Amino acid sequence: MKNSGALKVTTPSDREITMTRAFEAPRHLVFEAWTKPEFVKRWLYGPDDWRLSVCEMDLRVGGAARFVWRHGDGQEMGMSGVFREITPPDRLVFTEIWDDDWTGGEALNTLVFTEHAGKTTLNQTVLYSSRAARDGALKTGMEDGVAVSYDRLAELLRS
Amino acid sequence: MMETLQALAEPNRFHIVELLRDGPRPVGDMVHRLGLRQPQVSKHLRVLSDAGLVDVRVDAQRRIYALRPAPLKELEVWIERYRRIWEGNFQRLDGVLQELKAKEKKRGGTKR
Repeated sequence: MKNSGALKVTTPSDREITMTRAFEAPRHLVFEAWTKPEFVKRWLYGPDDWRLSVCEMDLRVGGAARFVWRHGDGQEMGMSGVFREITPPDRLVFTEIWDDDWTGGEALNTLVFTEHAGKTTLNQTVLYSSRAARDGALKTGMEDGVAVSYDRLAELLRS
Repeated sequence: MMETLQALAEPNRFHIVELLRDGPRPVGDMVHRLGLRQPQVSKHLRVLSDAGLVDVRVDAQRRIYALRPAPLKELEVWIERYRRIWEGNFQRLDGVLQELKAKEKKRGGTKR
């Protein structure tokens, strides 16, 4: 499958992690694919042996979101959230909190969709609420809060 | 893992690791290159050593530091896993988008 562009991961501040990725589609479609459960279920499930078994999105401000990922061996990971801002097709903001709360509190996701010549760049930022949240995220292997930029780190590791 | 990241999160320590990437160096050389005082450099080297990122050997009067590849390798594996998970998600999203584009075209949508 054609890969639209490389995924870039950066740490713009000590509480944030940002992913940037380009897609070969206009942004109203990228927005749709990110906000309609029938589409989200088809791609947002992580490694191959996982499934997004529950995907509910009440897409209105104050509306709830609920995601449950299930592994082939029965293991489950659940996450709940609330939509804070919905501005199709350019902006989506929602909170996230994991059932086992490994991030030590609620985090805020901000998705910004920008379009140029029929292509969309998605900027996806997670803002953790505290240092505790950041440390929790670090423990489970989500990169965040490290003063080293991801790219610089990647460059270091490549050599 | 976390210890590696915390050790690297300090800019001077990150710089030390970058310097050592080219090969082992005596402390005096790093003091010179970093423009820091020797006690500061020694403190940073101690943190790096505690995190298993560097090894030291004593050669006559000089303490020579070298990078230990194991923690960096571990970090690389971890970062790759994170990137792969999301890249996998986004590649599938590419597929969904191709389909949505095709559908819209078929419907004769005027939206671009």
